[in-house]
Amino acid sequence: MTGQNDQEHRTFAVRVPVLARVEGEGALNIRVNEGRIEHLELHIFEPPRLFEKFLEGRSYTDVPDTVARICGICPVAYQMSAVHAIEGIFSMQPGPWVREMRRLFYCGEWLESHALHVHLLAAPDFLGFPNAIAMASKYPDEVRRGLDLQDLGNSLVRLLGARSVHPVGARVGGFFHAPSRSEVEKLLARCRAALPGAAELVHWTAAIPMPDDPQHFTAVALRHPGEYPMNEGRLVSSDGLDIDIGEWQAHFAESQVPHSTAFHAHLHGKPYLVGPLARVNLNYDRLPESVRANAEAAGLRFPSANMFHSAAARAVEIHYALLEAIRILEEYREPATPFVEATPKAGVGFGCTEAPRGVLWHRWEVDDAGRVVAATIVPPTSQNQARIEEDLRRSLEAFGFEHEDDAIRLRSEMVVRNYDPCISCSTHFLKVQVDQICRDQ
Amino acid sequence: MAKITEGKPRVAVHKFSSCDGCQLAFLNAGPALVELAGLIDIVHFAEAGWVDEEAAADIAFVEGSITTPGEAERIKAVREHSDYLVALGSCATAGGLQALRNMADGDAWMAGVYARPDYIRTLPTSTAISEHVRVDLELWGCPVNTRQVMQVVRSLLSGAAPAVERDKVCLECKRKGTVCTLVTQGTPCMGPVTQTGCGALCPSFGRDCFACYGPAENPNTASLARRFEGLGLVPEAIARRFLFINNHAAPFLDEGEQWLERSK
Repeated sequence: MTGQNDQEHRTFAVRVPVLARVEGEGALNIRVNEGRIEHLELHIFEPPRLFEKFLEGRSYTDVPDTVARICGICPVAYQMSAVHAIEGIFSMQPGPWVREMRRLFYCGEWLESHALHVHLLAAPDFLGFPNAIAMASKYPDEVRRGLDLQDLGNSLVRLLGARSVHPVGARVGGFFHAPSRSEVEKLLARCRAALPGAAELVHWTAAIPMPDDPQHFTAVALRHPGEYPMNEGRLVSSDGLDIDIGEWQAHFAESQVPHSTAFHAHLHGKPYLVGPLARVNLNYDRLPESVRANAEAAGLRFPSANMFHSAAARAVEIHYALLEAIRILEEYREPATPFVEATPKAGVGFGCTEAPRGVLWHRWEVDDAGRVVAATIVPPTSQNQARIEEDLRRSLEAFGFEHEDDAIRLRSEMVVRNYDPCISCSTHFLKVQVDQICRDQ
Repeated sequence: MAKITEGKPRVAVHKFSSCDGCQLAFLNAGPALVELAGLIDIVHFAEAGWVDEEAAADIAFVEGSITTPGEAERIKAVREHSDYLVALGSCATAGGLQALRNMADGDAWMAGVYARPDYIRTLPTSTAISEHVRVDLELWGCPVNTRQVMQVVRSLLSGAAPAVERDKVCLECKRKGTVCTLVTQGTPCMGPVTQTGCGALCPSFGRDCFACYGPAENPNTASLARRFEGLGLVPEAIARRFLFINNHAAPFLDEGEQWLERSK
């Protein structure tokens, strides 16, 4: 690559055979010719695990424990989209206690997943470290705070799920077990103690130097009349889409590409964004005053057209999730029973909830005994995949190809990591390799 | 046992077909993760930022099952580069939930999910690491937890053979004083044939164990299956109790297939 007189117009390839600090297995191949991207593919080679197929014929009672296994980092999301869809088919109303506890369950997952991403996966890029352990030598308190928030999120999931990875507490109709008052009190005290740190995290994230690179994209998220969306709402976009979750298939389409075992999804034929930045952009007014004031004091403005604000959006959601968990724990009452019984009937139902990485859409069809006839699961990463490729094209052209190979590779990885891609989810598979940039001639 | 000749032990974490959940036993360890990182030299752990698949390791943790031709090759290379290999979790020890494809027509399933199955190179089966290479230690569980993994790491760092719990979940319930869900609620609990290590979480939440930690030593699956029949389960439902998270573990596969046959 050296010795080229006109660095802007060189021809070369960027290959990242294993993408580090993402969940799952993916790789990135880019070919640049005369300063223009000729070819760009985000490869997802996580092997397919075919969940939709082996669910067929199983009872609805097996569904929450099965779909959890699609993703070790966001099992709650898979369980929540599924139980809502199935309860819709059975015309069940689990009531306000279950509704609140599902929100608390989700707060735990957002906290653990976002804190993991911000500290262990994303921040090392921006602060110039290869990993969080190396970062901990210079930022011990910040890494410690991040790990503590992650642990608190895991504890909230454990409260209702007994363990944080593949929790066992959720069922169609509610939960198997209601937490005791004393467990709730203990966790409430921990949440209150962590709150100032979460507010500081927003300032810390906002102060990390980020590329200033606004771009146009369509954001898609749930929107609820009275609250920041988790389990319920209509699907809305920054371009004016406003539909019931059951109308998904009329607007969104999944297609297969040769270089990925995850499907690509498009809205009206175009790439779109789901995830924390899309949620904050579309639901900023649904955040409590204290969360907004803290974000604004940190110099953040939403909606933001800068994809690098995804990390800050995660921090804002960490702050919110903790505040919301505190509210729910403060109002906690032990229920008479933690679930309502299901009476199976045949039908089709939809579930759409906000996984940490964005909209997770499910369609379930069951027979009159409650056995699964067909399942369709559209995870956030497969929805973001076309958007990531679009972003990489323009971000790298804007960054310029006069830079050193390592700088181009790092920028590519940083762009990809904004989306916190979860490759295991998306094929129900992503690994991004960045290990060489070689001259392609 | 891992022979650590000099310096800090080199540790690798490799991923195959999986949900990434067992690696979280490390990433969820909190401050212990930072402490651990000081005791070892991490050579490969892609999700945490270390990428060097070919690096020699004293201890290699392997998550996931083998489901593609590429993985079948890669695990051989991992074995060659690793002194002590630990299979981590149900995918690595038994092929995982996704081994359900082993009983089906895998090609037809691919065609059912993908419009262009020819774009995807995959094997018809999902198999355990031990079906491909020699494994020094198997740690069962879907998922394994931080306590289990750290016990193994601690033992290996001290040069001791790791002690792995092989008790049945039932014993764990007795130790914890948990009320038996099978006896009191008539639930089809898999605890009598399942190894513990999980902490008997499901019964403590009032529900039946679904065997995510895999078969215990000498499990009497036939007797338990007959008990399930007595509880009113039809043969197909009995088969599905065994053919779930650890469906490809031999005792569960044999029992499950017998009841599946009876259901026809």
